[in-house]
Amino acid sequence: MVSIVKQANTHHVFRALADPTRRAIFEELTRQGEQTVHALTEYAGVSQPAVSKHLTVLKRAKLVEHRREGRETHYRAQPEALAPMVDWLNHYGAFWRDRFDRLEALLERMD
Amino acid sequence: MSNPAESTRTLVIERVFPHPPEKLWRAFTESPLIAQWLVKNDFEPMVGRKFQFRADPMPSWDGIIDGEVLIVEPLKQLSYSWSSAGLNSVVLWILTPAERGTHVRMEQSGFRPDQDAAYKGATYGWQRFLGTLERVLDGDAL
Repeated sequence: MVSIVKQANTHHVFRALADPTRRAIFEELTRQGEQTVHALTEYAGVSQPAVSKHLTVLKRAKLVEHRREGRETHYRAQPEALAPMVDWLNHYGAFWRDRFDRLEALLERMD
Repeated sequence: MSNPAESTRTLVIERVFPHPPEKLWRAFTESPLIAQWLVKNDFEPMVGRKFQFRADPMPSWDGIIDGEVLIVEPLKQLSYSWSSAGLNSVVLWILTPAERGTHVRMEQSGFRPDQDAAYKGATYGWQRFLGTLERVLDGDAL
């Protein structure tokens, strides 16, 4: 199965992308490349503090990274962080196989 | 496993059980039986019914799966949504009589364009996102 660390990453990635605004911000960064907080605020149509909060969540999930240049902070997407999530359905494979075995045992008992 | 033309990923597991479809159907739809092989639940096989599956929590997962019954076709098909930790998916069970028992096919997939209209709006973003994801990862990212 998967390591705890990997599951924690997956968890953060899913939590981060479960929100439509954060997903939109992340998609915009993958499409347009590096963007300033200012530009992302304009794109997202929500307040700058709200955008900053969303970026913090994305940063924690390692989906974005940032650099400062003068008074502006620039963000860019880190699509590698999606890898654990793409793996995720595969992890369900192990889950379901285990449950199929339990189902088989239950069917035996049901007679 | 996944068709590149669809903006979805699907997990498929199949197995033949040496038991009649009637018995499998009970195991899939009766709450106390579901609890014995899958998870604790308040499931009821009625289309539109919302339910919760509660798996044992893990350090990084609360174990809670929210679902809604989508298809109930006795002895043939059962489908429900499966949402947990931010992932929205649909589980579909297909039962087919086999020579000595029942062939069971389980598909777990992201939302597809042909899903129930009520789901379209809510899941459009996710679906589009998965499409983006495929493209983003269509490189050396993995």
